[in-house]
Amino acid sequence: MTKFDLHNRYKAIVIGGSAGSFQGITKILSSISEDFNLPIIMCLHRLKHVRNGFTEALSIKSKKPVIEPFDKENIKKGMVYLAPANYHLCLELGNSFSLSTEDMVNNSRPAIDITLDSAAYVYKDKLVGILLSGANKDGALGMKRIKERGGLTIVQEPGECMIDTMPTAALEATSIDHVLKVDEIIRFLNELDKLYK
Amino acid sequence: MRDIEIAELRNLTQVIKDTYNYDFTNYAMSSFKRRIQRVMDVFKMNSVQELINRLKEDRSFFHDFVSEITVNVTEMFRDPSFWRVARDHIIPNVLLNADTISIWHAGCSSGEEVFSMAVMLKEMGILEKSKIIATDLDPEILDKARAGVYSLKNMELNEKNYIRFQGTGKLSDYYTVRDGKAYMDKSLVANVSWRQHNLVSGPVFNKFDMVLCRNVMIYFNQTLQNEVLKRLHESLFKYGYLAIGSKESLIWCEIANKFIVVNNEEKIYKKIKD
Repeated sequence: MTKFDLHNRYKAIVIGGSAGSFQGITKILSSISEDFNLPIIMCLHRLKHVRNGFTEALSIKSKKPVIEPFDKENIKKGMVYLAPANYHLCLELGNSFSLSTEDMVNNSRPAIDITLDSAAYVYKDKLVGILLSGANKDGALGMKRIKERGGLTIVQEPGECMIDTMPTAALEATSIDHVLKVDEIIRFLNELDKLYK
Repeated sequence: MRDIEIAELRNLTQVIKDTYNYDFTNYAMSSFKRRIQRVMDVFKMNSVQELINRLKEDRSFFHDFVSEITVNVTEMFRDPSFWRVARDHIIPNVLLNADTISIWHAGCSSGEEVFSMAVMLKEMGILEKSKIIATDLDPEILDKARAGVYSLKNMELNEKNYIRFQGTGKLSDYYTVRDGKAYMDKSLVANVSWRQHNLVSGPVFNKFDMVLCRNVMIYFNQTLQNEVLKRLHESLFKYGYLAIGSKESLIWCEIANKFIVVNNEEKIYKKIKD
């Protein structure tokens, strides 16, 4: 029996993470099924001036290649996307990405709040938002937006986080549906995926 | 604060179109929405309707509105590897067949890219042979660009980029610090022509060897990107170069086949067909 209230109405997964999230992300990407159905859109804090290397590092163990989308690229099923360096990654109505060089938000570009907020606007109750370990409050407002628009919110259990500021801020900002360890997040994703097969 | 609905944005763009003949209809929705939110925060408005009313009643407010809507975050030598390719390959290529080079910065914002170009051309010893035109939609930001005064905090980042660009000197050779601000050496831009110009509706006013339009079209949807690319194409000599942002792409544009990729990593294209 599952403890999750699963639906196949979801159309996308967004994941935010910062300091201490690399290990968790890598584990998730190496543990999802090879034909995982939903697009996974990741916004992870990263060095602004280093354009190359991050997708390669994430792809090493990932079941799927990780790509940084170009501006106006369509969001496709089964793909894993990563916000590129020094750009905010936004989602547009009509299911495409757009990039932005607007001011940093929470000292970050890409900022998790921007990706999550625009994803919530596009996918409404068809979105799953996941926030992992991190050292600032970026993502908390984005999770609030996801909740307000009817999406599902998940944070990494603060006790498991290398730095728990980020999930803790989200727990304070809004109601979070599931507080999970990385292994449970993986189980959630794979159980969810079965509904699409 | 309550989220802005798409219908409200449509109302707003329609009013602006009718009243001021500026068309924001085809701006990328997500960033445009955030800019509208920002305008409402700055001017302490509680609803899009309040903003619409103000725009209808107060024509002078429209300038402030445009200044807030346009995104003006930029840095000198953004993507240092792009500038190295421009210096080592692109510009020498242009000068193989010509004594002078003409360059258009389309959407120059607060001028950092123009100063970067001028510094680079000076270090190449060809600043005097260069004709640069820099345009932006927003007259206020053009004033800022002309002034060439930047915060020291921004100069730290600019300095780091310049070092990664591997310039021949130090960036501080090109500015003086007074009252906690960096004043760029104005002789760098003595030959630059700064002009207010609307990339979307303005005329094609000249032809250039190189056009830089980096991280400008990301604020437009695909329809508008197609239109703007046509104008950029018309503004280039045959075999002229177009540089766009590192994560922009021409592949979805209708006239992409009139360009070839010269450097895919730095997103530099060459016009090969009229």
